[in-house]
Amino acid sequence: MRRPLCALWVFLVLLGDCLASPYRPETEPLDPEPHETNSIVELELPPELDGTMSDGELVPHHYPAQRAAKVAQHYLNTRHGSPFRWIELHRVNKASLEDLGQAGKKYYLEISLKEVISNTDLGQCSAEVLFSGEQDQRAPQVQCPCEGMQKLNTTAEEEALFQRLNSSDSPVSGSNIPDSYGHIAPEMKPLWHLGAAAASFVMLRESNESTLYNMAQVASITQLETENGQLRFKYHVLLHDMISQEILHWKLLVSWSPAGGVSVLQTEWQPKPAESTP
Amino acid sequence: MSQSIREILVLLVLGGLGSQASQRVAEGPEPRNYDYFKYHNMSEISGWMEQLEKENQGVVTIEPYGQTYEKQNIKLLKIGLESTEKKKAIWMDCGIHAREWIAPAFCQYFVKQILDTYKTDEKIGQMLKNMDLYVTPVLNMDGYAHSWFNQSTRLWRKSRSPGNCGDSCMGTDLNRNFDANWGAVGISRNCCSEVYNGATVLSESEAQAVTDFVKVRSSEILCFLTIHSYGQLILVPFGHPNITAPNYDELMSVGLAAAKAIKDVHGMDYTVGSSPNVLYPNSGSSRDWARLIGIPLSFTFELRDKGQLGFELPEDQIKPTCEEAYAGVRSIITYAHDKAFHITTPSTPMPTPPNTAATLIATIWTVLLAVCLTSAHLL
Repeated sequence: MRRPLCALWVFLVLLGDCLASPYRPETEPLDPEPHETNSIVELELPPELDGTMSDGELVPHHYPAQRAAKVAQHYLNTRHGSPFRWIELHRVNKASLEDLGQAGKKYYLEISLKEVISNTDLGQCSAEVLFSGEQDQRAPQVQCPCEGMQKLNTTAEEEALFQRLNSSDSPVSGSNIPDSYGHIAPEMKPLWHLGAAAASFVMLRESNESTLYNMAQVASITQLETENGQLRFKYHVLLHDMISQEILHWKLLVSWSPAGGVSVLQTEWQPKPAESTP
Repeated sequence: MSQSIREILVLLVLGGLGSQASQRVAEGPEPRNYDYFKYHNMSEISGWMEQLEKENQGVVTIEPYGQTYEKQNIKLLKIGLESTEKKKAIWMDCGIHAREWIAPAFCQYFVKQILDTYKTDEKIGQMLKNMDLYVTPVLNMDGYAHSWFNQSTRLWRKSRSPGNCGDSCMGTDLNRNFDANWGAVGISRNCCSEVYNGATVLSESEAQAVTDFVKVRSSEILCFLTIHSYGQLILVPFGHPNITAPNYDELMSVGLAAAKAIKDVHGMDYTVGSSPNVLYPNSGSSRDWARLIGIPLSFTFELRDKGQLGFELPEDQIKPTCEEAYAGVRSIITYAHDKAFHITTPSTPMPTPPNTAATLIATIWTVLLAVCLTSAHLL
């Protein structure tokens, strides 16, 4: 009497198994001729591939949004960077581009940021980055009000460092920070961070839609006489532009105090030193 | 009665185990005295290669395959187990750009991992039986040696050939010198530029060496991997913005699976995409050339970091960087292997996650059937 019921169960199990079978990889190659030689396929680029979607919407992880976001990062470090604060872009969440014709190109970004020394999540910020038009050759203009900055409190460390460097008999100096092995002496770390904040002024000013700057190294730093209550330093920094792959040498005159923040008083570009064959 | 309960339990276990075989990798023998988490100069790396060949006879063979401008022998490690069947292969090169020190560090770590685990990790053992791994720890040996010369040469990128440049500047960007839309985009004709693509296509003996070796074996090679830094990217062909690989979708899904494997190790995000989309357009790259001659899977890895330390990645980051990169590379070579050898075990890393809900449903049905059959038997 239960036999027909069992047959039904068996049928249902088999049916269930069919429907429930896990996804299997395709064994057929998607490319029917895997070893075609030297043929270049030319296709119409679908919209996602050329960096723009409808209405100026940008793909967040593609280069146009990423380069603009890096500029916002440099801007934030000019405003908030210090020996104990270094802001890094974590992710671009949303981006769009407005073409203003002669006035330039304006990027609207939603970015998430991190302060990397204290490993603080600064949350999301909105940024507007305007790259000037071709006639204009000006530095990008950035607006990036960022409430997350209020989370940061580095006053105590900054005061302590300021006092130490201000009252010391021997002015501080260093070179190759980090060294070839990526090593940085602990006492040089705050000066490395300060160098990055100062470098941000140059990176911001020199940025355009075809650059992506990071500071590669502090080649040298020398402390000068304190003036007007500001510590002063001579920095030689190496910037790396990812797009051209060039290493750019800049000499900077930098002043800093906890109250005054970082200022860059003078900048001087140095041509590539002559190559010598060892 | 207890008999049928036992039957039910057996079926429960069989059904419920599902199809997720977990892989546990037993640790291999302790590494020799070589410190994989420090940077090594050219002579240390050469010594390491020789030591490895001596200690792993029959599994590791050094194969020289060309010369640098300064007449150094470019060598790779061929790693594989004896087989009577025709074998496929994987190509991996590191250090095509001299300053990217983390890349040669990764090649060395990768080799160590394979050799330490192939006897105990079934999958690795299987892959070594079916495939040879061709690993070049340092391709641009001249440039790498120069970057070790002193602190001011650390950021050298190119080869050390003078080219047609006269006295002004020297060196060619090896990764713009290959026969893949050479000179089309993302290059400079200025000798002093870091992306100077050479007097002519394949002007550089290093690029020629790779071309000669890989071309002859192109029907064997399933996958071409070239390791760089920095940026945390996995780049798919092509570098030219108007050209898309015919298997772009496959490349993207394999790349995304690798990025997920990487993220699972230490939480690091690697962006996957074509170079013109996520970085910049370029031409003459080894990755593009490999794809053009028909190697279906070709990827550029850009390892840590995202710019804070850049090329000068601290030695204390070598271990985590290598661990995550290993997971990514393993994911890709496993895919390449399983596709070529028609293996469809559920442990094959898939771009889409396994359907655990469906497995559960199947289990329930099996159990219910078991109950039904056993109770019918009792009647």
